[in-house]
Amino acid sequence: MIPLAPVLLLAAMLVPIGAGLAATVLPAFGWLPALGGHAPSLQPWRDLLASPGLGRAVALTIGTGLAATTASFAVALALAVAARRPAMARVVTALLAPLLATPHAAMAIGLGFLIAPSGWLARLLSPWLTGWSTPPDLATVQDPWGIALTVGLCLKEIPYLLLAILAALAQADAMAARRVAAALGYGPWRAWALVVLPRIWPQMRLPVMAVLAFSLSVVDVALILGPSAPPTLAVMVLRLFADADLARWFPACAGALLLAGIVAAGLGLLLLIERVAARIGTAASRTGRRGGTGSAADAASMCAAILLALLGAGALAVLALWSFAGAWRFPDVLPARWSAAAWQAPMLRGPLLATIGIGLAATILALLLAALCLEREQRTGTRPGRSLALLYLPLLVPQIAFLSGFQQMLVRANLDGGALALVWSHLVFVLPYVFLSLADPWRALDPRLARAAAGLGASPARVLLRITLPLMLRPLLAAGAVGFAVSAGLYLPTLFAGAGRVATLATEAVTLSSGGDRRIGAASALLQAMLPLLAYAAAILLPAWTARHRRGMALQ
Amino acid sequence: MTLALEAVTLSVGPRTLLRNVSLAVPSGEVVTVMGPSGVGKSSLLAFASGALAGGMTATGRVLIDGRDVTREPPHRRGIGILFQDDLLFPHMSVAGNLLFGLHPSLRGRTARRAAISAALAEAELPGLEHRDPATLSGGQRARVALMRVLLSRPRALLLDEPFGRLDAALRDRFRGFVLAAARARNLPTLLVTHDPEDARAAAGPVIELAPPAARV
Repeated sequence: MIPLAPVLLLAAMLVPIGAGLAATVLPAFGWLPALGGHAPSLQPWRDLLASPGLGRAVALTIGTGLAATTASFAVALALAVAARRPAMARVVTALLAPLLATPHAAMAIGLGFLIAPSGWLARLLSPWLTGWSTPPDLATVQDPWGIALTVGLCLKEIPYLLLAILAALAQADAMAARRVAAALGYGPWRAWALVVLPRIWPQMRLPVMAVLAFSLSVVDVALILGPSAPPTLAVMVLRLFADADLARWFPACAGALLLAGIVAAGLGLLLLIERVAARIGTAASRTGRRGGTGSAADAASMCAAILLALLGAGALAVLALWSFAGAWRFPDVLPARWSAAAWQAPMLRGPLLATIGIGLAATILALLLAALCLEREQRTGTRPGRSLALLYLPLLVPQIAFLSGFQQMLVRANLDGGALALVWSHLVFVLPYVFLSLADPWRALDPRLARAAAGLGASPARVLLRITLPLMLRPLLAAGAVGFAVSAGLYLPTLFAGAGRVATLATEAVTLSSGGDRRIGAASALLQAMLPLLAYAAAILLPAWTARHRRGMALQ
Repeated sequence: MTLALEAVTLSVGPRTLLRNVSLAVPSGEVVTVMGPSGVGKSSLLAFASGALAGGMTATGRVLIDGRDVTREPPHRRGIGILFQDDLLFPHMSVAGNLLFGLHPSLRGRTARRAAISAALAEAELPGLEHRDPATLSGGQRARVALMRVLLSRPRALLLDEPFGRLDAALRDRFRGFVLAAARARNLPTLLVTHDPEDARAAAGPVIELAPPAARV
């Protein structure tokens, strides 16, 4: 089992992606016998190009994707630089956890309830300031420019990138370089740009790429906050896939491929920018200019942090309000009556159980595969080299480009809509995060502990069960919580692998966000946000409890 | 009981770390291997215990009581090892650590508990069974680690600079304690160190390893 672990791990991810992509590429060029496509043709592309609003959808996709990525990276960097001040560091760390734990869809729904014309912000300001007694006719969500969509994406991607920056900083000891630069008289911002960023960028490249790929191809947030006529390309493709007219499957595949091409071009652009930025940085570092104290930039960062905190906290608060609201008329700031009816809605029970079941199954499988891979690494003393980059593949390939194809595969194997299909499609996305969060602590484990145990006569299996796993309890649970949070947030994998028969909180929240009951929608989004929080809490409390009499475990 | 290494050559890639090292440790004796850091002392012990790091290649044989154990996995060799750090398992109590080490042929909860208590008494740590290892002093932890190895009934003992982390006063006492315990059990003991004081105390043959450049 253990020698095979890396193969199993990679197969679990690459089979769905590879087969799924193939099953998207072929129909995009006319080949899908099951639907009557027997000969290669470009008709799918002609149909796609004839779809109304395609040009605008592509422009919207590229615009929101690039804007969200650029803004998220810039703000995350600014927060990291400004976090050298203790007050800012406290704000940043307080911000990070709840924003990270809240799934995209839940955050988007909350943001929608906050900034919609009838949203909480308008209520807070009406009628005393605005004079509105009915919701104004403004497109503040689902605006044609995709501004709400971009803000919604930033709200989730900033904390993600900030976490990646902080992790990279801790690893590269890049702050020592900043202190050296400061001693030479460089201002904090210039020092960051010239000596810190170049050091951490190698670790930042893949997370930034993942953010770009995600922003360009996101579906759930775009359904909730993005415009609908025309929508982004990803949503347009989803509609084509879901069309009752099965002939639309062909242009859908062509559209999915077009999206994959846009993402690939975006990633290429990023690498190009990296080159250019490196040149500019090198040239700038040779001028000897020291840069200012950066107090204006610090102040701007503080404002960004406060805005982020207000939007994030506001989004979660308004979800809580709506989920307990009885009658709540515009422009009342608070509901006139309270009710817990939404929380008792029977329609949430099934999705809740499905979310927990799929999440637990996918997380446990991912933990098992990752732990076996790392154990093999420890035993053989070899590390996988570049094959590790494959771990990022599920985060770089647009979900819609391979999930539809993967579903075709599952249908053919008569597995679609079943538990195996759902867990497998979730596993594809849970595995990278679980492996990446487990790898560092596992590799940091003192290998002499295992040697000492073997010297006492303990077999490798006994060492694994009695020494390694108990010592890794905290990282295992932390990685499990991350994996569970990822699974709870997944929308498209459930939609496709569930074949429309299985709903999780993620799919339910998106469905309810368009014209469903706001109260149940809010309760469902809040439930979706609470599950990861519970998982994180368990990951902190459980090891603390089991190690309550073992002071040395605090160091593990 | 004897431990022997025969014609051991260790290399990292094209670089040869140790060439053709042979030594024999008779029952109850301590052979000391000395040399500057990086010369391959610890790798020699890793080879003997069967835990050579990936990327290293080795030829040669490890013999216990004349039996070739070179192909045996580490846990079947019956070679106990003490490191510079005590490496007590932090998630187990003192008794848990010792019971983990205690040879499985001693059966029965009561008998095993009694063996642990006797070992703690021998180490002048009576009654510490239920303590968290993290709450012990450095010297106490070192003695628990030694008892853990001895309870596993090894047929040879490897000491990988086990006195280096202790302060001077403690080092003398612990060294005396370890050497006496090993002799009392007739264990062939291989000690790796760069402290000449250790070699003197061991009062056995000393093998000096020189850096490859200085070797002819």
